[in-house]
Amino acid sequence: MLLIRCPYCEEERPELEFRHAGEAHLVRPSNITEMSDEDFEGYFFIRQNPKGLVYERWRHVHGCARFFNAVRDTVSDKFVMTYKAGEKKPVIKGAAE
Amino acid sequence: MARTEAARKPVLGGRMANHAWVGVTPAEPAKRLSLRAPAESVASLSRTLGLKLPERPKQSVLKGDRAALWLGPDEWLLIDRAESNLDAAVDRVRVFHSAVDVSHRNVGILVEGQGAEATIAAGCPQDVSLQAFPVGACSRTVLGKIEIVLWRTGEAQFRVECWRSFADYAFTLLAEAARDANG
Ligand SMILES: [Zn+2]
Repeated sequence: MLLIRCPYCEEERPELEFRHAGEAHLVRPSNITEMSDEDFEGYFFIRQNPKGLVYERWRHVHGCARFFNAVRDTVSDKFVMTYKAGEKKPVIKGAAE
Repeated sequence: MARTEAARKPVLGGRMANHAWVGVTPAEPAKRLSLRAPAESVASLSRTLGLKLPERPKQSVLKGDRAALWLGPDEWLLIDRAESNLDAAVDRVRVFHSAVDVSHRNVGILVEGQGAEATIAAGCPQDVSLQAFPVGACSRTVLGKIEIVLWRTGEAQFRVECWRSFADYAFTLLAEAARDANG
């Protein structure tokens, strides 16, 4: 079983307590009503889904219930790091921008 | 004014699984509050409740019949075995908070005896050894296919809190595990 470190519980916990919650660091545009359909589609539907290191949201749904962010390798499933929601996107060598 | 009387109907009434090494029994009814509050409100709430709300992961505080279990950075489960009126007490608190009476949403199950740790471990993926989950530790987690709150009340004593509609599943799983832990 994968062990995932929850930054709020401050320890590694079994993967069964967690839920994946999509790509992290997406910024909601402030001018949604004025955006073109193409730009809105880009924000709302289009995701990078790169092979390798990704920035993701996760939720410790059956633990402290908090959302947090993680850097994970989609090839090996290895979690490189996790950090609290709202913290700055860390720069990781080899990760997509 | 018309009086209405509600009959209490325990969902696990009469259930019991006692073995030489471990026993699984339904807990007595208790008063429970789901409490959420920011850090600034903790001191005031603690004074009113008469116990210091724990602020570290997995910590619980027990005082007399009343316990506060840390579930998240701004969330606690309060359990009062004397069934005292917790919500009336918290009603007086003026600082920002949310308190919801969940007394009848939850059911408590006690797992006690030398085989208690093995019984819990049969369904819970967390490390429940004394080292990782010492006496007093508590956590929301999973048991088999359901969500529970696990609380270690003694070296060989656990309290499992689950939602009422899952009580039959939780009890059956623990009773089966207790039989295995025994053999
Ligand atoms: Zn957590």
